[in-house]
Amino acid sequence: MANGVLLQMKNIHKTFPGVYALKAVDFELRAGEVHAILGENGAGKSTLIKILGGIYTADQGEIYIEGKKVDIREVHDAQKYGISIIHQELVLVPYMTVAENIFLGREPVKGGLVNAARMYEEAQRLIDSYGVNISAKSMIRDLTIAQQQLVEIIKAISYNSKILVMDEPTSSISEKEVKFLFETMRNLTAKGVGIIYISHRMSELAEICDRVTVMRDGSYIGTKVVRETTNDELIAMMVGRELKNYYTRDFKKDGEVILKCENISDRKMVKGVSFEVKKGEIVGFAGLVGAGRSELMKCLFGLTREYTGDIYIDGKKVVIRSPADAIKQGIALVPEDRKLEGLFHVQSVRFNSTIVVLKEFIRGIAVNRRKEEEITQAYIDRMSTKTPSMEQAIGKLSGGNQQKVMIGRWLATSPKILILDEPTRGVDVGAKSEIYAIMNDLAKSGMAIIMISSEMPELINMSDRIYVMCEGRITGCLNHEEVTQEKIMRLAAK
Amino acid sequence: MERAASSKKSNVAYLANGIKHWFKDNLGIIIALLVLCVALSVNPITAKTFLTVKNIFNVLRQISTNLFLACGMTMVIILGGIDLSVGSIIALSGCLAAGAVVRYNLPLGVALLIGVLVGLTIGLFNGVVISRTTIPPFIVTLATMNIAKGLAYVYTGGSPVRVVTKEWQFLGAGYIGSVPTPVIILIVVLIVTAIIMNKTRMGRYIYAVGGNAQAAEFSGIKVSRVKFFVYAYSGLMAGLAGIVLASRMYSGQPTAGEGAEMDAIAAVVVGGTSMAGGYGKIGGTIIGGLIIGILNNGLNLLNVNSFWQYVIKGAVILLAVFIDYLRQENKDRIKVSVK
Repeated sequence: MANGVLLQMKNIHKTFPGVYALKAVDFELRAGEVHAILGENGAGKSTLIKILGGIYTADQGEIYIEGKKVDIREVHDAQKYGISIIHQELVLVPYMTVAENIFLGREPVKGGLVNAARMYEEAQRLIDSYGVNISAKSMIRDLTIAQQQLVEIIKAISYNSKILVMDEPTSSISEKEVKFLFETMRNLTAKGVGIIYISHRMSELAEICDRVTVMRDGSYIGTKVVRETTNDELIAMMVGRELKNYYTRDFKKDGEVILKCENISDRKMVKGVSFEVKKGEIVGFAGLVGAGRSELMKCLFGLTREYTGDIYIDGKKVVIRSPADAIKQGIALVPEDRKLEGLFHVQSVRFNSTIVVLKEFIRGIAVNRRKEEEITQAYIDRMSTKTPSMEQAIGKLSGGNQQKVMIGRWLATSPKILILDEPTRGVDVGAKSEIYAIMNDLAKSGMAIIMISSEMPELINMSDRIYVMCEGRITGCLNHEEVTQEKIMRLAAK
Repeated sequence: MERAASSKKSNVAYLANGIKHWFKDNLGIIIALLVLCVALSVNPITAKTFLTVKNIFNVLRQISTNLFLACGMTMVIILGGIDLSVGSIIALSGCLAAGAVVRYNLPLGVALLIGVLVGLTIGLFNGVVISRTTIPPFIVTLATMNIAKGLAYVYTGGSPVRVVTKEWQFLGAGYIGSVPTPVIILIVVLIVTAIIMNKTRMGRYIYAVGGNAQAAEFSGIKVSRVKFFVYAYSGLMAGLAGIVLASRMYSGQPTAGEGAEMDAIAAVVVGGTSMAGGYGKIGGTIIGGLIIGILNNGLNLLNVNSFWQYVIKGAVILLAVFIDYLRQENKDRIKVSVK
């Protein structure tokens, strides 16, 4: 590992009207290292990255690149100094090809026209050099999320950047693709690139990162060498206190079967799946992205009308053709993609909390506002959601608090079966732990919970049983006592 | 008893709170409206005429047609759609209602009902196509706009269908007490629309579908039913506007309502509703409609050349939306920082 210091940010301050977003933050990145930034949502990670990327300007403080003081005032400056940022949200143009996206804004030109032949050739060569199996001529919208993420990374690298920032790059890709991503990262660091890595997943730190800097409430807390620290120590630094019982789970046996599915198929992703869930049980669903887990749940919730197979609830066969049917049968689904499938961004916490249960408090033709506020407050309290008021637009809350409102929305329907699809994606450590505790309470009260998750530790620590899916089929079921990460992987990637 | 009293009190509190919010949310355009009114009241040319009861009622009478459309259009735009057919519906509904009286000697009530139903039918048709297919609302309503306009010309052969009975004029040109009839109808329509938007489940669902259709579906909302309702309502409003206008003009005219959809959209947008859907208020639309109506009236009183009126109106729309944009930008910045 080369030890030259690539980047230094010293004493960075940033205020927004009324808020001190960054207080005297220091950060250092060496050539050839992967340096993680850890911190809960709102800790100031994004603000720091945005200052580095020229989206915000610091009020105070200096930035040095390879020892030279630089002034980054706009995005263009950052690019000039060899800084590339891969944002959490993909910023590719869906109706353009992979090559067009990679060369967007700097297309090879011949005689005033875009030299398409050269562009595709170069793009393909770039893609191939990372051993990725994507055609430069594919349309972005035809790629999977994981493939899109790879394109984004290749695009960032193609600027020959010295400093690469990755903001939660693994939040939407599967284990196998994560491996591939890590390999790519190692290739880059071997060439002397410095990588800043932002992630909520503690388990990834040991695998890929050399050092880690922890931030909390806009302040710099400390920097550690990953090999010399423990998860517990890092979590304590992040939340400012010891987090006892990160996972809360009282395992329990012998509830009666409440949900039984037989031979469910949707003619596309789900191929003849049978399983059952008992009262008071948390049943995990493991598998790679594309294994058909979310699609299976969409059948159960009536979002896929064209499915075959039988669903039994409490021993009775039921027909579910719409979400309204599913809700009537006592099923609730907290979807995978909060932003796309769950939130009404500009609307208030109140609006978001009660949209499913409105019909329960209609007085005459009007929504009973007082009753609505009572219910909203009840679920804010129960989930300990942190929001300035129930009229706050939900889009302004942190990921963890948004997710709490989403779960509260569905608990308000008093479901018998709660399906949680990636319940802690984009949720910070503190809120994660709280969500686990709530899941445990719900299971104890007799609710049946189905949890789809790509996070192995959470599946293993929370589930009574784990069904593993691969290419639309269930390839195995592991009990809490016998489950290990290796066993799951073996079943998931046959 | 005590409980009832306290609940009554908090009802008042809710209402007060609502008015406060309405005021705060629309501060920019309310000020614009006041400035416009004050300017017209002090200007030596318009001072004598503008602030007379007769002129105010006259303005409101003219505005009513646009605000009928704007009520429907507010819903449509919050839903994330657009309805271009409303202007043509005015023509068709007016012509058919007038024709029913003049050509078939049908009773007035039946004729007016026909007019309204014409609007409702086209709205329902828009609703069916838009909710059942993925054809963009812009295209669907562009088509029905042309169809409705064409049918109005076909039916009338291009010339107005005149109605000369006194009863016919009541709806658009008459008075209830000393208040013009269309103003009374307008107030009723505004109240009904405001209740739907702010109080009912359907209102909530309109915001939900406009804000995030996929999330709405995941929430068990029947998205197609909401779309169907909104386009039907917009058509109904246009039908109503059609008969009121035909009554005011003593005739059904195939050229009536030309470009009216654009004035309605302008009122909605000046009123602060987002073209992206999911956000907006009927309270803003009312002020937007008033600004455009009073501006028209003021320019007429000032004897401004009607060609120039278009230019000024366009500039005012742009200015109003721009001020709103600046305010939103500011608000966003402050809110982000709270995080």
